Amino acid sequence: MDFGPHLMLAMLEGAVTAAILALTAMGLSVVFGVMRVVNVAHGEFYMLGAVIAWFIATTLGTHPALGFVAALVIAPVLVGALAAAADRIILQHIDYDPERTIVATIGLLYIIQQGTLMTFGPDARPVEPPFNSRIPLPWVEWVDGKMAFYYPWGLSITSYKLFVIAAAAMILIALWLFMTRTKAGLIMRATQQDSAMAQAFGIPVSKVYALVFGLGAALAAMGAVLVVPIQQAHYLMGGDPLLLSFIVVIIGGLGSLPGTVIAALLIGMSDGIISVFFSPTLAKIMATLAVAMVLVFRPQGLLGKKAH
Amino acid sequence: MAALILQTKGLTKTYAGVQANTDIDFALPQGQIRALIGPNGAGKSTFVGMLCGRIEATRGTVMFDGQDISRLPAHRRIALGIAYTFQITSIFPGLSVHENVGLAARRAGGNEATVSDVLARVGLTDRAGQSAGDLSYGHQRILEIGMGFAQKPRLFILDEPTQGLAESEVAEFKALITGLENTTILLIEHNMSVVMETAEFITVLNHGAVLAEGTPDEIRANAHVQAAYLGTEDA
Amino acid sequence: MNRALALHLSVIAALGAAFFVLPVYHAGNLARIMVLAIYAMGFNLAFGYTGLLSLGHALFFGAGMYGLSLSMQHLGTPLLPAMAIALIAAAVVTAVVGALALRTKGVAFMIVTLMFAQAGYLTALYFSRWTRGEEGFVLPQHLRQFAGVDLSSAMGRYYAALFLFAVTLLLIGAIVRAPFGRSLIAIRENEARATMLGYDVQRLKWLALVISGTISGLAGATYALLFGYAGASFAAVPYSILPLLYVLLGGAGTTLGPLVGAAFMIYLFDLSADITDAYMLIAGVVLVLLTMFLPQGILGTLRKRALPWLP
Repeated sequence: MDFGPHLMLAMLEGAVTAAILALTAMGLSVVFGVMRVVNVAHGEFYMLGAVIAWFIATTLGTHPALGFVAALVIAPVLVGALAAAADRIILQHIDYDPERTIVATIGLLYIIQQGTLMTFGPDARPVEPPFNSRIPLPWVEWVDGKMAFYYPWGLSITSYKLFVIAAAAMILIALWLFMTRTKAGLIMRATQQDSAMAQAFGIPVSKVYALVFGLGAALAAMGAVLVVPIQQAHYLMGGDPLLLSFIVVIIGGLGSLPGTVIAALLIGMSDGIISVFFSPTLAKIMATLAVAMVLVFRPQGLLGKKAH
Repeated sequence: MAALILQTKGLTKTYAGVQANTDIDFALPQGQIRALIGPNGAGKSTFVGMLCGRIEATRGTVMFDGQDISRLPAHRRIALGIAYTFQITSIFPGLSVHENVGLAARRAGGNEATVSDVLARVGLTDRAGQSAGDLSYGHQRILEIGMGFAQKPRLFILDEPTQGLAESEVAEFKALITGLENTTILLIEHNMSVVMETAEFITVLNHGAVLAEGTPDEIRANAHVQAAYLGTEDA
Repeated sequence: MNRALALHLSVIAALGAAFFVLPVYHAGNLARIMVLAIYAMGFNLAFGYTGLLSLGHALFFGAGMYGLSLSMQHLGTPLLPAMAIALIAAAVVTAVVGALALRTKGVAFMIVTLMFAQAGYLTALYFSRWTRGEEGFVLPQHLRQFAGVDLSSAMGRYYAALFLFAVTLLLIGAIVRAPFGRSLIAIRENEARATMLGYDVQRLKWLALVISGTISGLAGATYALLFGYAGASFAAVPYSILPLLYVLLGGAGTTLGPLVGAAFMIYLFDLSADITDAYMLIAGVVLVLLTMFLPQGILGTLRKRALPWLP
């Protein structure tokens, strides 16, 4: 493939990555935004979503579309419930002390990850996508001084991947509407602004926190369910999304939904594009150092507000 | 006229359009006990914060003992001979009373003798081994003042030291402060009896600027000051 | 002699005698425990005494490990200079990372150190032509000799580990009793107050971190030397979590906590490895339980409840 189509392919794949990343990172951002809590186990909730999706699809054994829809509904709910329970039992016990929370969520990471290793096993297991037709994409070339379209071999996208981008966008819009237009969303934002005041107004802050923590995990699980037909379910698949989500949330500014989306697009696209030109390892090194530098020199991220 | 230990010229602090302190010229002679008073929100803590370096000034200079310290970070200013007690008591709650004073003394070149001396002076000798966090609020405040003594400061800045103290403790405090030698004292206070009985000179702040300065009698008689406290004074 | 020094010397003497009493397998374990205790003691200086929660110490461990093993393997450097290179490498890396990371605090500091550690790990992978990446490489036995002693033998390894452990323990003991160590504790307890007593908090934190990182580098170099292996997994993030685990379990801010924690966890891992592959599950459970119910760790709780003089 020539450079042009190659780049286009990289951008399309990047868009899919960005979509999933936006969803996953949003989960982390919501939790940090409302609760000021760093959840190091976030990647494991993502992984659980994929693993549960595999279980559901395999157990149902019917048409992949049915299994997929069931997984998309059930997995986030289960993962969210688990997260809410962890919040109630562990995090509330230590009163969200910042250092102890980090240690506790690290512990949670290992419990979930290794627990999955023990039950699910070390292999990567595939899940069939609900539908998957190949859509060739056109590219331009100049013939006799005029523009004409042709279909380069290898430049294509699958209908499922397009669906992923659309689904992620819809979920994010629904989330935004939820946060800004519903009463529940208002309560969450009020609790974020001033939890003592919220409590004085009769808002059950501990319940809100459990729900928010659950919501964050559910969003990650949703991202994983969407991605599992493309990648595969594997007990270690939570590591990269955790790191990338951190990067997105820090660069986009904590608690900022538009910031998270823009940063996810940036990271998702650039990850794909840079990998085309540089080795993936070098790209990751640069990205990791960039995040560190942003935090050191511009702690509010690109779009976030400076903390009081 | 005694030498000036502390002097500010045009000291100003602006927060996003709000002037917390405006153009304050302040002169503090060596050895004086000065009180800084004013209604809530007058900018007293901000001013004092800029003096010791906890808050960065927007404009203006601070001179300590003839040296321009406007650019120095807080810990360097302290090391020049300033002690500071916080408005909300700030000690090392997990460490013993002895270690609290020891940390203050050691930094200023003191030794074991300094620590015992200070503990005796503030009446905490028999609590030396206790965890500072276990002390009553009043005793914690006294401890913090003791830590200031241990530094043998040239200038001792106290931000509302008697707040939360019982009557007897306030009397103790007055005795401690007036008994200090070779130390200039700058006191932010709301307790008027403490101010009138210990201060030699008073600076009144209102709306971030100096409203009046004078002896306790002069200030007591000043109509503007009375009006400021009653809330009828114009800016 | 004060009680703390007496305690330290007793522990060292006991460890010295233990080699002749214990079965070979346990002596081998103990050698490994002592080296990892050095790592944890380095971490403890930053975390337990100064209050700096770093997730990047695997970077410093790795710097020491690669500093020694790469120079011995590829440059043919003799042992002592290679050790010096390792220590200098760790010190320089810590100095640079520290200067940047210490501009942040709390959670941000944790993330920044994590990022640097991750970048270090990826760099080790990137240069796998020399480092052999995850697979790592073996340091041949003939290189691991010192003053006629074969460091790869059970006895050589044990007493080399003990020697370096003893040096580190006594060094840490001296630091935390000295005014420098006391000022670190003050920073941990109340940073604002420490500043307003005239302490240069930024410089003190940086110094603490550099010493901490160099000790961790010493552990990394020692590990490569005594166990004859260097691999990228030692520079990876989970390896940053291990000293945190050991220190929390043993007691943050105690001199012997790291040893206790390392011993406990390594035996716990050892026992559970018989049952399952997923021994880090135990680590997870222990971390959660510790931080929920025993945040001071074993020796920390002991110190608080019964033995206030415990160093």
